[in-house]
Amino acid sequence: MAREIGEVILDLQNISLRFGGVKALTDISFNVREHEIRAIIGPNGAGKSSMLNVINGVYHPQEGTIIFRGEKRREMEPHMAASQGIARTFQNIALFKGMTVLDNIMTGRNLMMKTNFLHHALFWGKAQREEIEHRKKVEEVIDFLEIQSIRKTPVGRLPYGLQKRVELARALAAEPSLLLLDEPMAGMNVEEKQDMCRFVLDVNDQFGTTIVLIEHDMGVVMDISDRVVVLDYGKKIGDGAPDEVKNDPKVIEAYLGTSH
Amino acid sequence: MFYREAGQFKASYQEDQQIFPIRQDRIGFWVAMAFLFLAVPMIANQYWLQAILTPVLIFSLAALGLNILTGYAGQLSLGSAAFMAVGAFGTYNFMLRIDGMPFLVALVLGGLCAAAVGILFGLPSLRIKGFYLAVATLAAQFFIVWVLVKFGWFSNYSTSGVITAQQVEIFGFAFDTPLLKYLLTLVIVCVFALFAKNMVRSATGRKWMAVRDMDVAAEVIGIRLMGTKLQAFAISSFYCGVAGALYAYMYLGTVEPEGFNLDLSFRILFMIIIGGVGSILGSFIGAAFIVLLPVFLNVVMHTSIGAFVPPNIAANLELIIFGGLIVFFLIVEPHGLARLWQLAKEKLRIWPFPH
Amino acid sequence: MTFFFEVLIGGLLSGVLYALVALGFVLIFKASGVFNFAQGAMVFFAALTFVGFTEVLPGWTGLAEGGRAVFWLAFLLALGSMIVLGIATEKVVLRPLVNQPAITLFMATIGLTFLVEGIAQGIWGTSVRGLDLGIQDEPIMWVLDRADMIVSKFDVFAAAVALVLFIVLALLFQYTRVGRALRAVADDHQAALSVGIPLKHIWAIVWGVAGFVALVAGLIWGARNGVQFALTFTALKALPVLILGGFTSVPGAILGGLIIGASEKLAEVYVGPFVGGGIESWFPYILALLFLLVRPEGLFGEKHIDRV
Ligand SMILES: Nc1ncnc2c1ncn2[C@@H]1O[C@H](COP(=O)(O)OP(=O)(O)O)[C@@H](O)[C@H]1O
Ligand SMILES: [Mg+2]
Repeated sequence: MAREIGEVILDLQNISLRFGGVKALTDISFNVREHEIRAIIGPNGAGKSSMLNVINGVYHPQEGTIIFRGEKRREMEPHMAASQGIARTFQNIALFKGMTVLDNIMTGRNLMMKTNFLHHALFWGKAQREEIEHRKKVEEVIDFLEIQSIRKTPVGRLPYGLQKRVELARALAAEPSLLLLDEPMAGMNVEEKQDMCRFVLDVNDQFGTTIVLIEHDMGVVMDISDRVVVLDYGKKIGDGAPDEVKNDPKVIEAYLGTSH
Repeated sequence: MFYREAGQFKASYQEDQQIFPIRQDRIGFWVAMAFLFLAVPMIANQYWLQAILTPVLIFSLAALGLNILTGYAGQLSLGSAAFMAVGAFGTYNFMLRIDGMPFLVALVLGGLCAAAVGILFGLPSLRIKGFYLAVATLAAQFFIVWVLVKFGWFSNYSTSGVITAQQVEIFGFAFDTPLLKYLLTLVIVCVFALFAKNMVRSATGRKWMAVRDMDVAAEVIGIRLMGTKLQAFAISSFYCGVAGALYAYMYLGTVEPEGFNLDLSFRILFMIIIGGVGSILGSFIGAAFIVLLPVFLNVVMHTSIGAFVPPNIAANLELIIFGGLIVFFLIVEPHGLARLWQLAKEKLRIWPFPH
Repeated sequence: MTFFFEVLIGGLLSGVLYALVALGFVLIFKASGVFNFAQGAMVFFAALTFVGFTEVLPGWTGLAEGGRAVFWLAFLLALGSMIVLGIATEKVVLRPLVNQPAITLFMATIGLTFLVEGIAQGIWGTSVRGLDLGIQDEPIMWVLDRADMIVSKFDVFAAAVALVLFIVLALLFQYTRVGRALRAVADDHQAALSVGIPLKHIWAIVWGVAGFVALVAGLIWGARNGVQFALTFTALKALPVLILGGFTSVPGAILGGLIIGASEKLAEVYVGPFVGGGIESWFPYILALLFLLVRPEGLFGEKHIDRV
């Protein structure tokens, strides 16, 4: 692969997150390097999604520090994360159900749009030019993910697999430098999974996007990720290259010990 | 057979962005405009202009305002009438207190007052959603009407807050007949409807809908919930405010704060539910429906059918039918009459060969 | 000082009535997750139906007008009507909307409000009726003599009835099978379904109970202010009560009701004169709104973070 793994861009230090009495994350530290594909694995309820939510500010941890591109923070805010180039998809599809595929993806570019509602009310000159300019970018994403034929379809009418793809498209439209994917292949058939794998690898390869990915399918994880973090009951029990992690007795025990 | 897009290719994104991408729709639109601007003035009598067409247009604007907030941005409000009141009383005071104030400027300023008040009462939307918010908007409904009644300044110290709209002149030309009032209302409403359509088909509208459909996801792609919701509140209230001013100046002439009561707010809500939540066209259809239904019932009750309806039922027929229709539409066609119209067009598109 | 306490007590007692309406909301919300805006209309429906029956029953049955027999018969018939109304609502309106967004259901219950009000007046007419429960709205002499305070007999009676009702409901929920099932349903619909709790029955029962609560509220309220359309506006004040108390908490509804009742009366008496009076019309809503800004989850609600 052409890409070259670079410096640490995201460093999470001693993150702890609680919901009432539930400890979702306990004292977790790990980092993500530029251009790498970093997987987070672990049984259900281990705290994987919570981890992503902490990274882009949907959840605020009670303890810990987040260092992103050299800036140190107690917690992130979602729009702050977005404006610094972090995009994501969700475990349970979080598309805008009442909008078409095209509009969903266009919202991904909202941060780059400079016109305001007054321009839009007139829909003239600047507003129109901007709309067209971003439409072109969005069409590139549409081509990249091969969803040309469903452009004008309301997303609610699409099958599950395609919805996942549209969600990825929306995230990509923001041209993120860090992409968080929460179980992008869950519930897909083999063919859809292969497509999705290919897209993830292509994004990483062609755009150099750093990717943090939660995935249950061990085969996929071993194939595509550079490093893996393993969570169990909110604690980190493993961290390293796929091969190392796979043979780690603690990890094996966590996976055999729970009904997976 | 005649309504289809086959053979109409779009060569550019610009063409793809048109309000009516299908040629037949464009033609239909201009025919409707010609009808409203040219035919109606020739055929409609005073009663129709004054008691039906003008109020339908004004309520369409109010419904448009509520639709922006509820249909597009997903924030339910039960206080639309109060924002109309702010617009009406705001415009009145600008006209009253500033010499030579042009009506159109006062109208916009009245709308801006409503927008400011709207932002104030929209603040809770940052922390609460759904019916919690609906209850909070009831505060606006009751509080604003009370303020307008109790503080005489707003109505220039008239009894119980009644105001009488000043004569409307634009560049020295007086709009004093039902026909002229209708035409002026029509122009204003068309312009604002176009603005609304433009907003909802561009980034502004996408932000509103994103917040409506999935607020967490919207936040994550960088949409600020606070700004977006308050913006929707402001613009929605502006529309309602302008509608309220037109209600006073173009329709009733004399209004009191109590006229902008909860019942009116509900009526506007019913307009968008029946017309179509999240549809510009639906706002118009809904307003027409809600204004015309009582007129229609009245006519029916005066025919021989009316004799069979017990007087108690007849007196409450409006309540029963409105209530029943709301429930019916929400169950059967939650997108209202506008969707039915759209479905009919889709049918037409493939007619006569459905495959 | 005595005056302050008079106002306070008067306020608390009217708060009991708000709490009664709010209780109906809470029951339905807990059981089916529906915010039933029509609860106020149902109170009106109940009161009007009761009065209507007391008017027509003597003619139909030959029972003495204003007698005990007529009262109880009318009560039972009104209760029956409420249960029918509740179950019909559940089946015809809410069942078909079950998977719709909460806001759609809410709007449907606004439509239902109009429908119920229209039907009630369509059957019984629009005139204002008196409703006599045989308890006078007059000062209790004992209190007047000793503390020099005016406390209405009727208000105390109303509070006592409400108290009994709250206790009975609390006991039912705590100790009966249906009550336990209901609590399970409120906690988690899916889970309750999967362990075989027949949701449909539970919902029907809850709508019946809510109808009963509405009837009690309607009787007391109607006896105090007459049975008239304005009742539906007063009943709306149960909404700020709910915001204060939280939508799922019975103690919250009671406490919220008392707070709203007491504070609106105190505000009217002590603040009202400075701003022209009539602030009762909006005070509860503004209070609830300000409260929301500070504590969106209500007095007893738990802080909730959306799961994604
Ligand atoms: N918003 C929330 N409110 C309360 N508890 C939560 C919330 N989000 C996650 N949790 C809890 O945190 C724990 C970890 O959940 P999650 O991060 O979703 O796990 P995973 O993605 O690994 O399956 C679980 O016990 C879950 O119930
Ligand atoms: Mg998860």
